[in-house]
Amino acid sequence: MMLVEIQPIRHQSSPLRKACGTRHSGETSSNECRSVGKKTRNEVETWARDLELIKVNQDVKAFERLFNSFAPKIKGFLMKSGTDNAMAEECVQEVMSTIWNKAHLFDPTRASASTWIFTIARNKKIDAIRKQKRPEPEDLGWGPEHEPDQEAVIGLQQETAKLGQAIENLPEKQRFLLERAYFSDMSHSEIAAETGLPLGTIKSRIRLALDRLRHSMK
Amino acid sequence: MIDSIKHHVSDDLLMAYSTGNLPEAFSIAVATHVSMCDICRSTLESFNAVGGALLENNSTVAMSDNAFARTLDKIKSMPVVPDKPTKIQSDLPAPLTDYIGRSLAQINWQPIGMGVKQSILTTSTEATARLLYIPPGTEVPDHSHDGIEMTLVLDGAFADENEYFAKGDIEIADGSTNHTPVATDGRPCICLAVTEAPLKFRKVFHRLIQPLMRI
Repeated sequence: MMLVEIQPIRHQSSPLRKACGTRHSGETSSNECRSVGKKTRNEVETWARDLELIKVNQDVKAFERLFNSFAPKIKGFLMKSGTDNAMAEECVQEVMSTIWNKAHLFDPTRASASTWIFTIARNKKIDAIRKQKRPEPEDLGWGPEHEPDQEAVIGLQQETAKLGQAIENLPEKQRFLLERAYFSDMSHSEIAAETGLPLGTIKSRIRLALDRLRHSMK
Repeated sequence: MIDSIKHHVSDDLLMAYSTGNLPEAFSIAVATHVSMCDICRSTLESFNAVGGALLENNSTVAMSDNAFARTLDKIKSMPVVPDKPTKIQSDLPAPLTDYIGRSLAQINWQPIGMGVKQSILTTSTEATARLLYIPPGTEVPDHSHDGIEMTLVLDGAFADENEYFAKGDIEIADGSTNHTPVATDGRPCICLAVTEAPLKFRKVFHRLIQPLMRI
């Protein structure tokens, strides 16, 4: 239901240039491996429940499970954005600390666990790599205090799993560029320079990817 | 939230904001618009969900052996930071209050001619965010610019040759746009204007003062 909200990309004028420090494109680690698609329904729901356990009981075991699932993924994300191993390691520990400290702000009716964790990791990336503040939209008034509707929670977590599957099913060229856009800390024109693809091709492939995702979520 | 918003942030810019690839000054404008616009908030949440799904399926890089223990130590040594209150008393959307305080009345304006005033926000330098105060019926100086410009109405309204922008509306213009917005509705218009590069004023006078005024 959420993804249906994505409208086709409207007319785009010149892409924003950004002057953000150094990056090391294409850097990968020897111990990198791809975690493939199919999340079990249980795994996805467990992440949201573990966050709930951290929030309510300060449950260290739940935190450790979440750490084992997400820390290596966040580290992979940060290293694709151009951080070296030591900095990525340090940033992941900070991201995980923030997850522990802010678990009470996680609202499972508004975001899946992985979406919420993505936003924290992204903000850490902006802070650590680009040394910039991150202006965030005002929180909506209904707050995290209400008792979450379990059906809505499960629905939303499953929807993210479905979205993940749809991304896995994208044609390789589209998925590659979508990942570049999210993980590489590069603007579209920098991706164009790196890949040698025309800017228009990059934009249209990303648009096609989003159209396809929207279609799969119907 | 403002129901009457007609001019929105484009999807590619919302996506760039979601991925963390917009300069700070543009992020202020996007975050402020999203604070007022549920349509863009919903689209933004969808883009965040794509990021979440990509993270979930991302390739992993092994953490060092003692990383979990070190994280627990880090948590113990961290000071407890209280949450920001969800809503402080302010007539401005939250993303702006961090930069300019709680009220438009607190702004330290600098006159830049013809009754127009500005106040530049302190951000990273790849782009510039400024508040503009435009007296009723007055044109924003005639200009064109390189790159993207965002203009978000905070109070009052402006109109250019083609369109009308009221509170919460955001205009996104590119380098090919030569427009002459005028504050309408018989009242001053206050807007947040973000530019990628310094504005190029076409009148000689403005070209001369531009470096001095940082406009």
